[in-house]
Amino acid sequence: MTDFLLYALLAGLGVAAVAGPLGCFVVWRRMAYFGDTLAHSALLGVALGVLLEVNLSISVAAVPLLMALGLVYLEQRGILSLDTLLGILSHSALATGLVVISLLPDVRVDLISLLFGDLLSVTVDDLYVIYAVAAAVLGLLILLWKPLISITVQAELAAVEGIKVSAVRTALMLITALVIAIAMKIVGVLLITALLIIPAATARRMSRTPEQMALVASAIAMLTVVLGLSMSWQLDTPAGPSVVVCAALLFMLSLVVRQRG
Amino acid sequence: MSSPLITLKGVNKAFGGRSVLDNISMQLMQGEITTLIGPNGAGKSTLVRIILGLIQPDSGTVSPSAGLRVGYMPQKMHIDPTLPLTTCRFLQLANTSHHACHEALERVGIGHLATSPIQSLSGGEVQRALLARAILRKPNFLVLDEPVQGVDVTGQNALYRMIGELSKALNCGVLMVSHDLHLVMSATDRVICLNQHICCQGHPEQVTQDQAYIDIFGQTTAVYAHQHDHHHSLHGDVLDGHNHQHGEGCNHD
Repeated sequence: MTDFLLYALLAGLGVAAVAGPLGCFVVWRRMAYFGDTLAHSALLGVALGVLLEVNLSISVAAVPLLMALGLVYLEQRGILSLDTLLGILSHSALATGLVVISLLPDVRVDLISLLFGDLLSVTVDDLYVIYAVAAAVLGLLILLWKPLISITVQAELAAVEGIKVSAVRTALMLITALVIAIAMKIVGVLLITALLIIPAATARRMSRTPEQMALVASAIAMLTVVLGLSMSWQLDTPAGPSVVVCAALLFMLSLVVRQRG
Repeated sequence: MSSPLITLKGVNKAFGGRSVLDNISMQLMQGEITTLIGPNGAGKSTLVRIILGLIQPDSGTVSPSAGLRVGYMPQKMHIDPTLPLTTCRFLQLANTSHHACHEALERVGIGHLATSPIQSLSGGEVQRALLARAILRKPNFLVLDEPVQGVDVTGQNALYRMIGELSKALNCGVLMVSHDLHLVMSATDRVICLNQHICCQGHPEQVTQDQAYIDIFGQTTAVYAHQHDHHHSLHGDVLDGHNHQHGEGCNHD
């Protein structure tokens, strides 16, 4: 196997491992649109990172995180419904990102790879970043698992039982921003939410506890990466979209299996 | 029998410049069942949230006693069907053992639902599961926000009776929000009638004769009369008695 394919595989597996459990929370908490908004703002993160000459890994995580905190603030002020607010921010962030990138003096940025991922260009340095971030995310998820489930079920009850709800919620946003930053390389800003949601939704049909669902989602996401990369290799299709197509196919397969059972 | 569990002094709260709670002072006692009644928008839920410490008052003080352990039963709960969660596991979120959860479920009469998904429970069963989770914490203070919401009338009586028995058995104080004084009358030691400020308070019989109460609940009192009479044909011209009574008694926001 050639090196670039091995790196692509390792990078994809690292991201998929954490996309599974985080995707479960996105599904349980109905955060799909929220995830989309943060993912779109990551493009703005790239643009600003290049513009201000900051490390891209940092700016790509920082902009979605700021976006998440801004959303919480705007939602609490209650001017608009969350749905409308997300619609405004999501598309404004995407459009602003595209505009800023087009204005950059020397175009060193490949737009298509930002939008749809560029799995085959993963370097060893990327791998270090991906695995360090994935390990941090996994650690946070394990550490905060119980309070996260608790605030997902009923936040007020969790608060009365002594859980610091806003701290846990902020941690979940931080986790989401981090995963978006590393998933961008794999599937691009437009398809990140798919990598989070589809494996989790597929896992729901074969799980009886939240933990089972998180593990199964992880496994399915990893399987998806392997299948997607093979498809990309065999058919010469773009890697990111191929991964998402495989995820969708697995989901549809799970529907059929369920109907038989 | 009673020492104060929590004391409120001069609590004020406004949302967007509109006063919701105006100078509320009250004490909630160990072993006493207090029912908070008031029309929609009277600030009942806001007051409950302040007592629970979920929101802070603009001014005034809330002083919980040392060793206060609150069991809370929220008004509503929506759990996404994609979250695989059994009733037993739902209770375990309150930080307790498997065994204790089963015991609590037996106590509220839904032991047979321990392994059912929490989303498959009926309205009354969810309320019981919430009650079970509240008592799991061995509270000395139970806060129940409209505990019989979405429960049919027979179930409402049973649930109120259960709350009364449990609070006696646990010797805890109870603060209950309700729209329906008629049903809770017998189980309540003290009624507080709230409409942004405390209009009147006292024993249920006393409160129903208070002019401030009649001013606010004049119409509702007539509904209580209907409920008394619903076995007779007084009401025949509107709807069938049961349906009508349910609609009024629930009084959803």
